[in-house]
Amino acid sequence: MTQHTFDQFLFVGLPYVCLVIFFLMTIYRYRTQSFSYSSLSSQFLENKQHFWAVVPFHYGVLIVTAGHLLAFLVPRSILIWNTHPLRMFILEVSALAFGFLTLLGMIGLIVRRLGNPKVRAVTVLSDWVLFALLLIQVVLGVSIAVFHPWGAGWFSASLAPYLWSVFLLRPDPTYVAAMPWLVKLHVILAFVIVGYFPFTRLVHVLVIPNPYLWRKTQVVRWYSRR
Amino acid sequence: MNIRSQVSMVFHLDKCIGCHTCSIACKNVWTDRKGAEYMWWNNVETKPGAGYPTTWEDQDKYKGGWEVNGDGKLRIKSTGKLRVVPNIFHNPHMPSMDDYYEPWTYEYEKLFDAPEGADQPIAEPISMVTGKKMSVEAGPNWDDDLGGSPIYAANDPNLNGLTEEQKLQLMSVERLVFFYLPRICNHCLNPVCVASCPSGALYKRGEDGIVLIDQNRCRAWRSCVAACPYKKTYFNWFTGKSEKCILCFPRLETGQAPACFHSCVGRIRYLGVLLYDAERLEEVAKMPDDELVEAQRSMILDPHDPKIIHEARRCGISDDVIESAQRSPVYKFVMEWKIALPPHIEYRTLPMLFYVPPLSPVQASQNGDVVTHTSENLFHDIDNSRVPLKFLANLLGAGHEGPVRYALAKQKAVRWHRRAETVGDVDRELADRMLREADCSREEADAIYRLTSLCTFEDRFVIPPMAREQAIEMMKDPLQEKAETGFGFVGGMRKGL
Repeated sequence: MTQHTFDQFLFVGLPYVCLVIFFLMTIYRYRTQSFSYSSLSSQFLENKQHFWAVVPFHYGVLIVTAGHLLAFLVPRSILIWNTHPLRMFILEVSALAFGFLTLLGMIGLIVRRLGNPKVRAVTVLSDWVLFALLLIQVVLGVSIAVFHPWGAGWFSASLAPYLWSVFLLRPDPTYVAAMPWLVKLHVILAFVIVGYFPFTRLVHVLVIPNPYLWRKTQVVRWYSRR
Repeated sequence: MNIRSQVSMVFHLDKCIGCHTCSIACKNVWTDRKGAEYMWWNNVETKPGAGYPTTWEDQDKYKGGWEVNGDGKLRIKSTGKLRVVPNIFHNPHMPSMDDYYEPWTYEYEKLFDAPEGADQPIAEPISMVTGKKMSVEAGPNWDDDLGGSPIYAANDPNLNGLTEEQKLQLMSVERLVFFYLPRICNHCLNPVCVASCPSGALYKRGEDGIVLIDQNRCRAWRSCVAACPYKKTYFNWFTGKSEKCILCFPRLETGQAPACFHSCVGRIRYLGVLLYDAERLEEVAKMPDDELVEAQRSMILDPHDPKIIHEARRCGISDDVIESAQRSPVYKFVMEWKIALPPHIEYRTLPMLFYVPPLSPVQASQNGDVVTHTSENLFHDIDNSRVPLKFLANLLGAGHEGPVRYALAKQKAVRWHRRAETVGDVDRELADRMLREADCSREEADAIYRLTSLCTFEDRFVIPPMAREQAIEMMKDPLQEKAETGFGFVGGMRKGL
């Protein structure tokens, strides 16, 4: 296999396969198995370590993901922001900090799952696979931040165009093919996680409770009228 | 006026013998399956006692219910619209399994499989969560009948405000006294579990007021478990969904009493419709503590009043339901006789399960076996009762003795009146004086006596026609569905995908 077809497979074929699986399966699962959409919280079984693992992980991963999303959606603004060295430095340091927060939370999650017999009892194979994938992904992310710094800059300049090319159905892997192998792995694994997403507990991300903030306090369901 | 009907309940504590038949009936019908073993939608507690989950009434610890904040707004104690977002990953007021108990079974097969040896084989307890051996440290009735009272019952939050002497009196071996408190979901008018659910999975049924959790919409954010001050929403640790008492709605819809009601040995349970004005909900829920009992009563409407009937029809309540409300035993206990009181109404959820406070241990004499009363105060033994009035008031009167004393006095007057009528060893004039002082006529006393002592099945359960026949056509064999999540699930119960 030539380098070209290899890149085509990893950065064009795989992403599309994963994205198609993601969209089809999440919708199918929501429509046929909405009972299975749950955060499957284990706080009831173990309430103390839970805080120190779940809270750092979620805040870390949410902010880091939001950062990636921002650099994807408005790369130009990120690059303009980075024209000032101090601002670039602030962005770099906070991204790294939240990356480490995610990593610590992730390790906490796994340690808790392994250590507490009750929580282990409700952990199924897909959870372990997911934890493994996420842990590798977070380690890769933090390593990239350490070994290939100033990611906010090069992501916006080189990876955002690649991702846009995928989403606009004009896939062009040349941007990403030139990247260091750590970054390539990170990108590949990201798509794998997206494809695996609908088969895991991760679907709870899609049912975050937004209507709560503006619905009425009490909920009444009428069968006959109103 | 926005009139709604509510299937409401009365538990007559004077008649409860603490047999737990209700709990077993409920357990066998609804919670006999993985993830729900620890749940007791119906449980019976000994009072004074720590209860289940342990000290559930301590809202400084559990933060259940509503509170009125500084600017006069009603707010959920444990969470709120804006607090729900930052706390969604870890609910700070969520009870854990340790607050209930770890469910267990025994290694029964060891009794058969153990190799031959010098000792008898034993069946050791094993956890129903992990499947491993465990040491049993708590259970749903750990302090039943005051078992271990200095350790458990001494923590009863209702003992707050009692003098040391009164507390000692409750616990001292020769004079200790207790009664039972059977509990199910109160199907509140202002349910805080519903209000707290970020997913909108919990709802109150419009037609009958039953509070349910939509299993397909529950996402395990756990807010309801923390918010319910009665701790009557439970988290299924296996399916990752919250569950609660459904007031056996499939039974009610077919005209049968709920399993716990039906099986009640002491016949303490009554069920019937109350009509209420939903428009006044918020106003009533914000009343000061000492006015709450009366305020809730003022929301409940007289189904005999032609104006109310007219208005109820306008609000779409059928004549059948209005007629059912007119025959409701709950209306009699709560509104006509005013001897049934809501538990902990200071939590401001406006519970629709009412308790008749128990007279039996109250009236039992302090010295010897003769009930003494002076002519100055006929209700001497109520005011100096073995269960201090303050304790019952903490449970049923938001800390205020007035409504509780009224209910006890009337019950005592009824007893003396009936004694004068049937045995005749009580002075008729004295009995009449007691009735007068207890705000009760002879006719009313006879009616209370009849509905308390001679009540038939039809008197106790006046079930409104729910007309849901179409919705609950069951095409399945219920026995085949046993130990599964319930009717309507194609693939049975499992976790995640």
